[in-house]
Amino acid sequence: MINTLMEMWQQPFIIRAVVVGVLVSLCAALLGVGLVLKRYSMIGDGLSHVGFGTLAVAMAFNLAPLQISIPVTMLAAFLLLRISESSKIKGDAAIALISASSLALGVMLISITTGLNTDVCNYMFGSLLTLNKDDLVLSVILAIVVFTLFVLTYNKIFAVTFDETFARATGVKTSLYNMLIAFLTAITIVLGMRMMGAMLISALIIFPALTSMRLCKSFRAVTICSAAVSVVCFFIGANTSFIGIQVRQGHGYITRSLPTGATIVASNLIAFLVFSLINAIKEKIRE
Amino acid sequence: MALIACQGASFGYEGNRAVTGLNFTVQNGDYLCVVGENGSGKSTLIKGLLRLKNPIEGSVLMGDGLKPAEIGYLPQQTAAQKDFPASAYEVVLSGRLSARGILPFYSRKDKAVVNENMERLDIEPLRTRCYRELSGGQQQRVLLARALCATKKALLLDEPVAGLDPVVTQELYRLIEKINKETGITIIMVSHDVLCAVKYASHILHLKNKQEFFGTTAGYLKSTVGKAFVGGERND
Repeated sequence: MINTLMEMWQQPFIIRAVVVGVLVSLCAALLGVGLVLKRYSMIGDGLSHVGFGTLAVAMAFNLAPLQISIPVTMLAAFLLLRISESSKIKGDAAIALISASSLALGVMLISITTGLNTDVCNYMFGSLLTLNKDDLVLSVILAIVVFTLFVLTYNKIFAVTFDETFARATGVKTSLYNMLIAFLTAITIVLGMRMMGAMLISALIIFPALTSMRLCKSFRAVTICSAAVSVVCFFIGANTSFIGIQVRQGHGYITRSLPTGATIVASNLIAFLVFSLINAIKEKIRE
Repeated sequence: MALIACQGASFGYEGNRAVTGLNFTVQNGDYLCVVGENGSGKSTLIKGLLRLKNPIEGSVLMGDGLKPAEIGYLPQQTAAQKDFPASAYEVVLSGRLSARGILPFYSRKDKAVVNENMERLDIEPLRTRCYRELSGGQQQRVLLARALCATKKALLLDEPVAGLDPVVTQELYRLIEKINKETGITIIMVSHDVLCAVKYASHILHLKNKQEFFGTTAGYLKSTVGKAFVGGERND
């Protein structure tokens, strides 16, 4: 097993996958803290469906998937915030509306053009190993932009998340920062869809934040902890997926690889359960 | 010049007027209590003073170089804050945001101001404690410290004692009075509790969707509206 791993780590496509994976996990975890606390968890889910719809459109017309998907998903993020702020349709309903519509549009387009081929499946359920060089460069640049903007606006994001009214009263342009959070989320989701799949990407945003909120007592600790949890879970999940599991077939055993997105979510779930357990034990001891 | 002056101002939502005919001035160092029943326009007035809402008519003027962003504001608590993982220190520090402008990080001076205000309100021991695990009274002190970090001149408090038990309520009132007396910071407080309002405040503004009374506390106790409202409370 160690040998298999050593061999794998020398492959360039694995290195590419891991670089993108670490960066996306990091960005998703950082943004996730704010989104979970602002009760915007479902925005990630909604935007991933929008991302899938636009990818379907891009594939149908033979366009570059990421370059089309990122701006359209950002636009959807903008619309979602606008709708939930101003109109009579409430936030969660607005998300369901937009995400279901774009998923429906995507599925329709796919069935009249390419059909459900491997490419489509990769975007649905994730495949880390199909990234090419262009994807890598774009992902690295965007991930660095997301990370830098997050660090620079960290204090404002805290204020806007903790108490929007107070932040507005002290002259912080809260709608600007809400918009920024939504834009960064949109970028992260489209980048992460390749690895996690449209169905599972929202887990990458929500899980690390929830996990670290079991134990951490300050915003800074939660942020740092969820970044760490997210990256560790990515490594565990990705390696499990590369190695695969042995399945019995006939008289012998064969190795089946596991889908990357699903194993990463599974390792996040285990982390969440472990943290919850530690928290429960700690509370018992305090009593 | 007055610190804040409302001249024939009206505020409302989507064309509906919540409160009209506001004519009052707040001088530096005043302690003004805004009283009235639920739905009488108190919260709307607060939003107007903070410039989160523009007056439908009339105007709100600020003197003495006071900017709306430099009013220390203590809002009512929201449900989301009840399970928010933040240390007391982080919450108080966020009060320095208006002094930061677009600069991303807090300076040493910001941190000094935070320490000073935490000491002043006796919440230094709570520094690393999680905000959601504090008692109601401690949470209000943390939010008060945050408001103090945002201002040198005026505090705007929206129902600061809502949901607190009587002992803690009295402590908080005394603390606010101390801040007003010792530092000369102007206090504008919205309150249900008219008996405490007349006990501590120097001026009273009584609203009932319009301005029913504005003047000193002594004047309010002699006025018809004041007698009825304070008397009514006493008979309860």
